[in-house]
Amino acid sequence: MGRYLSKKITIYVLTFFIAVTLDWAIPRFMPGNPISILVSRFSALPNARKVLTSYFTQSFGLDKPILVQYLNFWKAFFHGDLGISVYLYPKPVIDIIKESLPYDIALLLPSITLSWIFGNWLGALAAKNRILDKTLIPVLYVFTAMPYFWFAIIIAWILGVVVPIFPISGAYSYSMTPELSWTFFLDFLYHWFLPFLTLFTVMLGGWAIGMRNMIIYEIEANYSRYLESLGSSDKLILRYAFRNAVLPQVTGLALQLGTIVAGALTTEMVFSYPGIGYLLLQGILHQDYFLIQGCFLFIVLSVLAANFLVDLIYVIIDPRVRYSYTEGA
Amino acid sequence: MKEWLKKHDTLYFMLTNKRFVGGMIFILSMVTLAILGPWLAKIELRWYLENGVKEALDPTANIGIPYSPPSSQHWLGTNSFGQDVFLQLVYGLRSSLLIGIIGGGLATFIGLVVGFVSGYSGGMIDELLMMLTNIMLVIPTMAVLIIIAAYLPYRGVMIESVIIGFTGWPWTARAVRSETLSLKSRGFVHLARISAVKPMRIIFGEIAPNMLSYVFMVFILQFGGSILAAVGLDFIGLGPTRGTSLGLMLQQAVLWNAIQLGMWWWIIPPGAIITALVAALYTVNTGLDEAFNPKLREM
Repeated sequence: MGRYLSKKITIYVLTFFIAVTLDWAIPRFMPGNPISILVSRFSALPNARKVLTSYFTQSFGLDKPILVQYLNFWKAFFHGDLGISVYLYPKPVIDIIKESLPYDIALLLPSITLSWIFGNWLGALAAKNRILDKTLIPVLYVFTAMPYFWFAIIIAWILGVVVPIFPISGAYSYSMTPELSWTFFLDFLYHWFLPFLTLFTVMLGGWAIGMRNMIIYEIEANYSRYLESLGSSDKLILRYAFRNAVLPQVTGLALQLGTIVAGALTTEMVFSYPGIGYLLLQGILHQDYFLIQGCFLFIVLSVLAANFLVDLIYVIIDPRVRYSYTEGA
Repeated sequence: MKEWLKKHDTLYFMLTNKRFVGGMIFILSMVTLAILGPWLAKIELRWYLENGVKEALDPTANIGIPYSPPSSQHWLGTNSFGQDVFLQLVYGLRSSLLIGIIGGGLATFIGLVVGFVSGYSGGMIDELLMMLTNIMLVIPTMAVLIIIAAYLPYRGVMIESVIIGFTGWPWTARAVRSETLSLKSRGFVHLARISAVKPMRIIFGEIAPNMLSYVFMVFILQFGGSILAAVGLDFIGLGPTRGTSLGLMLQQAVLWNAIQLGMWWWIIPPGAIITALVAALYTVNTGLDEAFNPKLREM
């Protein structure tokens, strides 16, 4: 247990370290001197002197030795200073990210958990039902091959334009301002539904297929055969198989998080949903490098945190993990 | 013919597997479309060529009337700029396939080397390489791609495939490592070792042939994965700075309100062709799995 967690934590700390270093190094060592572009973009803004003296001298300080620059970058990072956005000048990047965070959580948390649960259930069902296996699984295969954002485009076109039931842009009506009231909440849900539906459906396929394959594998395993020869019911065998098959699915969740987040980014872009993905698109379109870098750091850190959470859950649901890990599977 | 095939049983099972054959036919027809595309476009856009519009075969040329639905003159209509959608689709397919081959090939190669060295040598090298692999595995690939691509002022299909290849290898390395570990402890390898066969001969004579089928399957998955990664990157706006690609087409479509305007001929074909291509690759992969793995063969 201790060894398992300490090894995992070492990896996460190292990864975190490398991610921040990448964020620091890429603009400095890329061809074409991106920093001079950055500075020139700022000099066109009002109060440029103020910005340049605050953040640039703090974290960039280009006249200083590289190592000092690097240490200063860390210092700024721990003060929550990710620079100032050009696109939404003069807002600090950290504040912009904070504002879009609730939308991401509202979208990602339900869609990931619900699709995982429902997908596993569907996969287990398909494993023993031949008709379902022949009809549903091929459809789900197509879903896994689909770029998230293309499915978002199709859903938006069908449910927003051909049959205009749902709004296809924004997180709430333009006439509203975010507040704690029923009308706002309903309006929010109304706008939330299509992006949620997209993410839920596209992710569903992968989980269902994974579960189906695992269950089929488990049913072939010796313990299932033994149960069968003892004359126990299919339902009981399936229950044992499910419990074993769900473990790789938990690991799969951790491994898939990066892909899911990337998919969610593009989905938000389609629906102009004001999460990190939409922010990133704006950053790229307006060449707002601080915003892009801030989004990068934020995405990496949240995926790391989520991975760690999955690891903790794994320890709880599978006590064997401490043994298997020390053996080095 | 049949007798000869029976002797090479894996090949026999491959060619009699419906999934493998069906998927392969689709992929090959897509490759054909990509190769013959510019020639087909000459037939499609003959009206322009006959009337001396020389740039008609440039996918970024605004030649037609904007917003026109599919017709005999423009098989898949035109977009908001009057560019021919079919022409863009064909060129986009070309770059997608190229990215699949280069990016997927590179990712497979790196994953193979890292995984094999790690699994075969063990010890300290194994620890270090797996540490690196695990770190790469946790960092979301797309985020790294974004930050690298954002700072490259000029991006071509080549650069895009190389950065996709360099970030896509970790899961392959892990899978190849565990495959190597299990092969390493098989009887025939032990036998070779105690018969004092040289390590290089064990690797290339005993282990490599047994991994060939596996590597082929990994490449197919990486091929599909690279195509999807590239499409996502293009859609975000970090694709090739010149020319066209399937992701770029979709990005333009969204930015120019093709959804609201109901221009289905602009939004459906690029995504449909990617989905079909990747689905076909997955199908081929499942078919190969059945062909190579006797347990899964349907008798």
